[in-house]
Amino acid sequence: MSAEWRKRLSTGGMRCVAILLFLAIWFVVSMGNAHWWKFFNPVLLPTPIEVVKAGIAAWQSGELQDNILASMARVLQGFAIAAIAGVVVGLAVGTWRPLERLVEPMIELLRPIPPLAFLPMMVLWFGIGEMSKIAFIAYAAFFPVFTTTVEGIKYVDPVLLRAASSLGASRADLFRHVVLPAATPSIITGLRLGFGLSFFVIVAAEFIAADSGLGYMINDARTFFMVSQMLLGAVVIGLIGFGVNILLRSVEGWLLRWRVATRG
Amino acid sequence: MDAMLAEAPAAATDSRRVKISIRGAEKRFGDMVALKGVDLDLYENSFTCLLGPSGCGKSTLLNMIAGFTQPSAGQVLVDGRAVQGPSADRGVVFQEYALFPWRTAIDNVAFGPMLKGMPKAKQREIAKRYLAMVGLAGHESKYPGNLSGGMKQRVAIARALANDPSVLLMDEPFGALDAQTRETLQEEMLRIWEHERKTVVFVTHSISEAIFLADRIVVMATRPGAVKQIFDLDLPRPRERSDADFVRLEKEIKLLVRAEVQKLGVI
Ligand SMILES: Nc1ncnc2c1ncn2[C@@H]1O[C@H](COP(=O)(O)OP(=O)(O)OP(=O)(O)O)[C@@H](O)[C@H]1O
Ligand SMILES: [Mg+2]
Repeated sequence: MSAEWRKRLSTGGMRCVAILLFLAIWFVVSMGNAHWWKFFNPVLLPTPIEVVKAGIAAWQSGELQDNILASMARVLQGFAIAAIAGVVVGLAVGTWRPLERLVEPMIELLRPIPPLAFLPMMVLWFGIGEMSKIAFIAYAAFFPVFTTTVEGIKYVDPVLLRAASSLGASRADLFRHVVLPAATPSIITGLRLGFGLSFFVIVAAEFIAADSGLGYMINDARTFFMVSQMLLGAVVIGLIGFGVNILLRSVEGWLLRWRVATRG
Repeated sequence: MDAMLAEAPAAATDSRRVKISIRGAEKRFGDMVALKGVDLDLYENSFTCLLGPSGCGKSTLLNMIAGFTQPSAGQVLVDGRAVQGPSADRGVVFQEYALFPWRTAIDNVAFGPMLKGMPKAKQREIAKRYLAMVGLAGHESKYPGNLSGGMKQRVAIARALANDPSVLLMDEPFGALDAQTRETLQEEMLRIWEHERKTVVFVTHSISEAIFLADRIVVMATRPGAVKQIFDLDLPRPRERSDADFVRLEKEIKLLVRAEVQKLGVI
């Protein structure tokens, strides 16, 4: 076994230990409180086991799958719109100066406003159906994708552009063979951030205006004081986010294999 | 002057063809005059070194020949035509390599042939041949991030050559390399140039590098940048750095360059 693999296994092992430790603390605090210390009402913090039980129950009723699918469908649609719009507008703004002067101030004005501030407006405009949530996610995730795309294009090494043009590259060649690949790492980072943000905001959107989805599930559980189910929602969101991040990172690693080489 | 060295040339009487002609070229950046009144004729298939202290406008002159910048006044002619912009016929090798990090060595070298729309197999064949010429056979599929400085510059030279330009412009190409690698690459550069025959303009800080390589050394003046003195060398190649003529010329040019540096008042 190579040293590389040994290192991977040991960091993997450390991670498992960390997660187990976290679960153990959670378990000890909730069990200990319920049976010995009685610091707070035990209903407020169920044990991990109760959360798992709630999960099994929700799975068997089919409710959990439905909610996951509802949230994921919204995230995917909203994010797809944000990704396309962010990259396209970003490329246009990054390559064409006059457009940059026009668009940049608008973006800078909107960007510091938390997207959540616009959620009630979106519900007003697009109604309580799917459309408002998708639009909301698209709006929120647009910014990181757009900003990183513009940055990526702006910071293309000018010497690479010179090198390519001295090899006979036309303006279109420069865009396709230099600007685009040079900006790719930055764009991918933006996409990853945008996807994370989509996940972030969908839950908030579903608190306010939804009759399905993981956010709805949490909020619904709150009205019936089902704390295990509330925690279940949070745990499921965490697990999905974790999985998606691993997936995106491996796609990124493959697309940017040259950069891994550069880091050595 | 020594018998081995002719004085600044009587270009008109020379039977060789003038490839690059710089006529009264001037370059200003705002109020700053970077280059002034540069007149220079470079013959086809000759090897010219531009030598001079930092900031004397060597890169500026090279960039004007490459077409990256336009002269503020005067003309830069290649094959009798004014340079309008960069072109595939004038290859450039940069000090900072300027390889595309997302392309493997072979794909970097194949960049020019790819732009010309050659079939894939032909592109690879050409790229492979030039990589072998610079001694990098077997490293085709490595990314620049996995190559040493010397190897990167070899790839950059192969990339410029694979496009088969008639002019090769090199801006301190070996400046970032260690002495050993540098000397090896100088020798290989000469071997390739004797084989490929291109009009080479080579910027360097190193006097010994210039004497080792060049047919003609253009020593530049500072404040404003201009041509100070031209040396036409006919020392036989391969040149020996310990050779008496070599050493004498080295001393002479060193004094010239030092005078220019002292003019700047910074040392
Ligand atoms: N784009 C620019 N804008 C303003 N000034 C410039 C620009 N490019 C070069 N200069 C100035 O012109 C002068 C000549 O620069 P240049 O880079 O040609 O010098 P050089 O001889 O190549 O120096 P070095 O040996 O350090 O590379 C310098 O004083 C530099 O500051
Ligand atoms: Mg320079």
